[in-house]
Amino acid sequence: MQTTNWVPLFPEQASTFAAHVDLLYAYLIVVSIVFSIPIVVAIFVFAIKYRETEKFATPEEMHGSMVLETVWSIIPFVVSMTIFLGGALVYFEQFTPPDDSMEIYVVGKQWMWKIQHQTGQREINELHVPVGRNVKLTMTTEDVLHDFDIPAFRTKADVVPGRYTYLWFNATKPGKYHLFCAEYCGLNHSGMGGYVYVMEQRDFDNWLSGSVSGQTPVEEGKDLFMNKLGCASCHAGGPAQRGAKLEGIFNHDVKLVGGATVKADENYLRNSILNPSSQVVEGFQPIMPTFKGQVTEEQLTSLVAYIKSLSPNAAAASSSTSAAATTAPAANANTSAANTAASKPAAHGNTSNK
Amino acid sequence: MQSQEAISHGYGSKQKLNYLTNGSTLRSWLLTKDHKRIAIMYLISVSIFFLFGGLYAATIRLELLTPASDLLESATYNKVFTQHGILMIFFFLIPSIPAILGNFLLPIMIGAKDLALPRINLLSLYIYWIAGGLVLFALMQGGVDTGWTFYTPYSTTFSNSYVMLVGLGIFINGFSSILTGLNFIVTIHTMRAPGMTWFRLPLFVWAHYATSLVMVLGTPVVAITVLLLAIERVAQVGIFDPSIGGDPILFQHLFWFYSHPAVYIMILPGMGVISELISNFSRKKVFGYEFIAFSSIAIAVFGFLVWGHHMFVSGQSIYAGLVFSFLTMVVAVPSAIKMFNWTATLYKGSISFDTPMLYAIGFMGLFLIGGLTGLFLGAMGLTVHLTDTYFVVAHFHYVMVGGQVIAYLGGIHYWWPKMTGKMYSEFWGKISAMLVFVGFNLTFFPQFIVGYQGMPRRYASYPEELQVLNIFSTAGASVLGIGLLMPAVYLMHSLIAGKPAGDNPWMLPGLEWRTSSPPPTENFETMPVVTWEAYEFGEENGLDIEEAKRREAALV
Ligand code: HEM
Ligand SMILES: [Cu+2]
Repeated sequence: MQTTNWVPLFPEQASTFAAHVDLLYAYLIVVSIVFSIPIVVAIFVFAIKYRETEKFATPEEMHGSMVLETVWSIIPFVVSMTIFLGGALVYFEQFTPPDDSMEIYVVGKQWMWKIQHQTGQREINELHVPVGRNVKLTMTTEDVLHDFDIPAFRTKADVVPGRYTYLWFNATKPGKYHLFCAEYCGLNHSGMGGYVYVMEQRDFDNWLSGSVSGQTPVEEGKDLFMNKLGCASCHAGGPAQRGAKLEGIFNHDVKLVGGATVKADENYLRNSILNPSSQVVEGFQPIMPTFKGQVTEEQLTSLVAYIKSLSPNAAAASSSTSAAATTAPAANANTSAANTAASKPAAHGNTSNK
Repeated sequence: MQSQEAISHGYGSKQKLNYLTNGSTLRSWLLTKDHKRIAIMYLISVSIFFLFGGLYAATIRLELLTPASDLLESATYNKVFTQHGILMIFFFLIPSIPAILGNFLLPIMIGAKDLALPRINLLSLYIYWIAGGLVLFALMQGGVDTGWTFYTPYSTTFSNSYVMLVGLGIFINGFSSILTGLNFIVTIHTMRAPGMTWFRLPLFVWAHYATSLVMVLGTPVVAITVLLLAIERVAQVGIFDPSIGGDPILFQHLFWFYSHPAVYIMILPGMGVISELISNFSRKKVFGYEFIAFSSIAIAVFGFLVWGHHMFVSGQSIYAGLVFSFLTMVVAVPSAIKMFNWTATLYKGSISFDTPMLYAIGFMGLFLIGGLTGLFLGAMGLTVHLTDTYFVVAHFHYVMVGGQVIAYLGGIHYWWPKMTGKMYSEFWGKISAMLVFVGFNLTFFPQFIVGYQGMPRRYASYPEELQVLNIFSTAGASVLGIGLLMPAVYLMHSLIAGKPAGDNPWMLPGLEWRTSSPPPTENFETMPVVTWEAYEFGEENGLDIEEAKRREAALV
């Protein structure tokens, strides 16, 4: 729980990398102190010792020293490189979500956070997560830039219109933590936040089973794909398909007309739906209409979730939450998932080895 | 009045006109080509903008006294911090030292009659006025609420405010910077007096040379960015707006490609001032002159390569982040070199603690903290947590207020006797320097802690447990505010009642101290020939120390 001592110096450490960030912080504080003490002491000592005794005196000349200059160029350089390396290590940790992360979708909107769980729960300005699980947030926004910021987890990431960005964490302590929007977003920017609730797995499961509202993202995506938007008429597979095959595409390289190759990640999928003519797959005609303006950000995330579910191997990262995996729609996807995704049981096991 | 001044302003100098008395009509000011008069007009205008910016700052701090957004509603608060930022950055920090002190002193310091392009200099002042007028007009009409960073798509499609007008103001203002920079570069190259070699230039001039390079190369980018914004709005071309195919992150790249170097436009001239102060008030040649000179150039060059460190959490690739973080660490080195050199300059000096020197020593302490906390923000893993929090607010105030503003104040005090011929009250000068130092730390140090706690910037309301630190901050701001207002009072007072300063009140060898105070329109009676190195204090360099002591004794 949020402790409120009189003047708190540190926010709570509530994620696996919080301690690493704090360690880096401590290292920098030590470096700063070690660097400042000689300078401050020197300034004071010189100021007192060499203060003017005679008005307008001309002290002895001294021009500089190559040795000193070299030494005090090299030392800061070496120290700054250690800081660079430390920072890079922690950064890699912060921005490399493990493959077995449970995925949650976040859509920012002036001025609220809309959150969608794989199982269909939706919440606003609150995020419930289980303790000890790797959680990956896939985020976008309907309007302007926002930034999903959880100080207790020592992480944040901008949320950018027109693309997906990520954030992951593994919460280590049950509790209630501040959630802020940290990128200025207009009128009610400072009101755009709430709390992250970290719960024991059991409580989380209870919470999940509580308020399931309608469809899971994958189901909703499938519904849009098959019925509402008519994507299936071109992409349904079979010999007559006019659109590219989507099964197994996620996280694989795609050859485009013109020779370029791109990796079909979430941003690629999103862009293919909104600006199809900007990346036509080799062997196909640029006949797909744009769906810009017809789908909301939340529907888009669902579509992307559905297309990802068609590639169970590559999408291990996103479909490995227990609930979502079992409800994954396409029958063939399910079986191949069972056959090949050997890492999955391990992923589930993860939940308990907190 | 005039003749009295002429007699009093120095021993041995004949009755003659100085730049202030040479013509007193409004026209003689508005059409002047004299760099010194232009500098004075800049001084007045920049001070007005600083005052406005300061009033906004006071409002911000009052609002943040309590966690709730109770004094101002969010809409107003958002405008207040935006306008505070815009006025301070574009209309105070960037022009202050170059356009006031640089303009006044650079030609005198190199022994020139004026800047190389005097009409262009006047033009740059007019451009500044037009730009400032436009922005003030926009603020009165309704103001802007985008933050001084104008991030898209908020600024292009969601903000119902005077973004375009303010953008236009900043666009126009950019030309003022570019022209000033250009003028300095040409002047330094072509107008140096005989004997004034590159390595005899005062470090203030070196710093302005480096700054001018950044101004000339960097400022066009902000102009282009604003132009692209306008094109997008008018012609609906997708440049930054994702809903028409643009990329909002592109805006950030362009914006920071200018605005990061702009930070060096703000701080390099300040470092130049500090080099002068430290050396002159310890009466010792700056330690490692060449290193300080070249570190300015190094900072200017590397400053162009680190813009991406403002975007570590924007979703940019991890590898781009690595490169930017690395380069950021590299830029820290020349700043560290300067710190060491200034400190070493004090060694075995003959240090006097006049007001300007108090500011200089304050600068060293505050810039140390500002610079070191820059390392925190350059270390990627840590900055993810710190970005867009009050830690950043504290850091940039340590650099920009603790650095630039303090250097500017030190410089104003130091050269005031030269500019006006009058001496201000040392007593009040020292008090104000100390109030500024104490008030500043009390204001901004707590913000590091509150930032690490996670308090995001640009928040009108914040969680209650953070209130204690915010109270400290607001209390400090009151002290700081008083400290900053005092010079306005006693400096003005010195104009009327100040003692005459004499030509060389600090008894220094620089060229600016070898002409009368205030200097004549042509700067020197006869073209000076430089035969001494920068910062050489001996009698052999033409300083009549005995005479100075006699004078000093007579004054007291
Ligand atoms: C009494 C002195 C000052 C106080 C108390 C003060 C306070 C503040 C505060 C609290 C903010 C943060 C607003 C926010 O992010 O929510 C801010 C922003 C800023 N301040 Fe100051 N400030 C002071 C002086 C200055 C000065 C002298 C300058 C420059 C010369 C300056 C430049 C800026 C800039 C550029 C911003 C960024 C605005 C933005 O976030 O868009 N400040 N100031
Ligand atoms: Cu927001």
